[in-house]
Amino acid sequence: MADAVHIPDEAETRARWGAFAWTAENAGQAKKVIARYPAGRQQSAVMPLLDLAQRQVGAETQTQGWLPVPVMEYIADQLEMPYMRVYEVATFYTMYNLAPVGRYHVQVCGTTPCMLRGSDDVLAACKNKGLVKGGTTPDGLFTLTEVECLGACANAPMVQVNDDNFEDLTYDSMGAILDDLAAGKQPKIGPQIDRQTSCPEGGPTSLKDMVSENHDYRGQWNEGVRA
Amino acid sequence: MSNVIAPLSDKDRIFTNVYGFQDWGIDAAMKRGDWDNTRKLLEIGQDEIIERMKASGLRGRGGAGFPTGMKWSFMPKESKDGRPSFLVINADESEPGSCKDREIIRHDPHKLIEGALIAGFAMRARAAYIYIRGEFIYEAKVLFAAVEQAYEKGFLGKNACGSGYDFDVFVHRGAGAYICGEETAQIESLEGKKGQPRLKPPFPAGAGLYGCPTTVNNVESIAVGPTILRRSPEWFASIGRENNKGTKLFQISGHVNKPCVVEESMGISFRELIDRHCGGIRGGWDNLLAVIPGGSSVPLVPAAQIMDAPMDFDGLKAVGSGLGTAAVIVMDKSTDIVRAISRISYFYKHESCGQCTPCREGTGWMWRVMERLRTGDAEIEEIDMLQQVTKQVEGHTICALGDAAAWPIQGLIRHFRPEIERRINESKGSTPVMEAAE
Repeated sequence: MADAVHIPDEAETRARWGAFAWTAENAGQAKKVIARYPAGRQQSAVMPLLDLAQRQVGAETQTQGWLPVPVMEYIADQLEMPYMRVYEVATFYTMYNLAPVGRYHVQVCGTTPCMLRGSDDVLAACKNKGLVKGGTTPDGLFTLTEVECLGACANAPMVQVNDDNFEDLTYDSMGAILDDLAAGKQPKIGPQIDRQTSCPEGGPTSLKDMVSENHDYRGQWNEGVRA
Repeated sequence: MSNVIAPLSDKDRIFTNVYGFQDWGIDAAMKRGDWDNTRKLLEIGQDEIIERMKASGLRGRGGAGFPTGMKWSFMPKESKDGRPSFLVINADESEPGSCKDREIIRHDPHKLIEGALIAGFAMRARAAYIYIRGEFIYEAKVLFAAVEQAYEKGFLGKNACGSGYDFDVFVHRGAGAYICGEETAQIESLEGKKGQPRLKPPFPAGAGLYGCPTTVNNVESIAVGPTILRRSPEWFASIGRENNKGTKLFQISGHVNKPCVVEESMGISFRELIDRHCGGIRGGWDNLLAVIPGGSSVPLVPAAQIMDAPMDFDGLKAVGSGLGTAAVIVMDKSTDIVRAISRISYFYKHESCGQCTPCREGTGWMWRVMERLRTGDAEIEEIDMLQQVTKQVEGHTICALGDAAAWPIQGLIRHFRPEIERRINESKGSTPVMEAAE
C-alpha cells in the first residue's frame, strides 16, 4: 500500500513503550470492560482495551495516541490471547492508529453524500492551512485523514476532530475551526450553521411542540380513531 | 392499488425527540411515555409479543426488510443443552447516506433500551449486546449513561421491571469497519476478532455469539417495539401500504434545500417527502438528475422514475432499486454522476474485508475502471467488461458486500451509459494525434 503509514522502528518503540502499564484509573476501567463479557470470553474485550490503550498513549504523548507493539503485547497478556490475534484486530479496524498522529486528528469524510455537499471544499480548506492528507504537520498539531462515511449524512459535509463532530461545513467554517484549534480555542461542536442537529434548517417541519416543551403525545393517540 | 399515502401526523410519530430539542435522560423520556409500566408489556407473554410483532407487519429496518416478528420466532423456546440465547442490536450504522440510528441513540436512547428488554424477553435471551460503531463517540457516551440510568431504576438487571425476568444490556463499541454491520461479521467482532463474515449455515439463531442462539436486529426495528405493543399492532399496520407497514425514519442528504432526518409514513411519495420536509430539490424539480433511495448499496434511479414513486420496499423495487435503510441521496444536474458512483466504488474497495477473492480483488478492479470511465480514459468495450465483472462479483461472496459494490455500478451503466460513452468519445476526440496514427 503506497499510502501505508510509516510504523516507527521497533527497537526505539520498545525502549519507549516496553514498560507500558495501565494507569490506576484505566486499570479499573479495563476490569470493568472485561466484566461485560461472559467468563472465559475475555477476548471480546480486545477492542475496548485497544481503544483505552490508544487513549492512554495519547494522554502520555499529548496526541491522539497510537498502538506501539509492546502496548498490544501488554493487552494480549492481560486477555491471555496470542499477540498475533491482537495485532490482527488492530490492523483490521481503521480507528486504531499504527503510527503516531498529531494532537488533533482531522478526519474529513469524503464519501458520496459529503462529496455532493462540498467535501472537496473542506479538504481544500485543510490543504490551505498546511495540512497534508495522510501526514502530520511539522508542529505535530494536525494529522489529516480522508475517512469513509461517518454516519452524519444529513449534516454533510462533516469532519470528526478527535472525539467531536463538526457538521454543515463550508470552506470558511472549516478554516475557522482549524484556526481555533491551532490557537487553543474550542470551536463550537455540531452544525456550523443555524440549525438544531439533523432538523431541517430554519426549524422543524414536524413535532413542533417539542421545541419549547417536553411534549407528551400519548393523550392524542386515540384522536381521529374510529370507534 | 391506492398509492396516495397520507403524511404522518405528529401524534403517530414514534421518535418524538428525534432532533434532541429535549433531554434524552430517563426522567424526560418517561414523561414522553418510555418505560411506562413496561412490566405490563412483558406480561403479554413471550409468544404473544412475537405474534403481535408479526401482526404489526414490521419489516427489519436495517436494509434487508425481513419480517421482525418472524425473525424472533426462529429463536429456541427452551435451551436443551444449557446454552443461553443472545440479542445483538446492530448500531454499526455505516452505510453511506444512513444517519438514523445515530438520532435514536443520542436523542431517544430509552426507546432502544426498553425495546431491547422487550425483544430480549420475547426471544428468551439472557442479555443484549448493542454494537455501536466506533466513530459514534458522543452517541456511545449517551448510550452508556442511558443504560446506567435504566439499571439504577431497576428496569434492567435482576428481576427487570419487577417482571421476574433477568436481563442485561451491554454496550460494545466498534472501531471503524463497515463490514461489522453484517450480522455474522458483527458477531465475530463481538468475540474479539477481525470482522469477517461467517458462512451460513449455521445461522445465528442456531449458533451465533459464542456459539449460542443469537438474533441480530437493527436499532430502529428494536426501538419501535414498545410503541407498537402500547398502541396495538393494528395501529402500526394501519400506516403505509400492504406488505410495507408502519413509520420509517428517512434520512435525506445531497442536493435538497434542507437535508434532514424525519419520521414519515412508509410509502410516502418521493415528491411529498422532499417538498414537505426538505424544502424541495436544489434548483427546482427540473434540476433533479437521479436519486439513490436506500443508501449507497442500492442502484440509483433517474429523476423521471423516482419523482412519484412510493418510498417503501415494494415501491422502490418496482423502479429497480430498494428502500435499504431509507437513506435518500439526492443528486441534481450539477452532479458528476460517474464520480459520485466511483466514490462509492472506492468506499467498497476500502471496506472489503479481504476474505473472498471476487470481492477483495473485484472492488479494487471495479474502482480503478470507474476512475478511468470518470475521466473518459477508456474504451467503449470496457463498459461491457465492467458490467460483466460486476456480475461475476455479485452473488459469489460470503456476504452481501460484493453485491453492494456491484449494484451501484450496474445502476449507473443501466441508466447513464450514454454519459459514460460521451466522456470516452470526448476524450478520444481531444487527442487527434492518436487517431491519425491508427
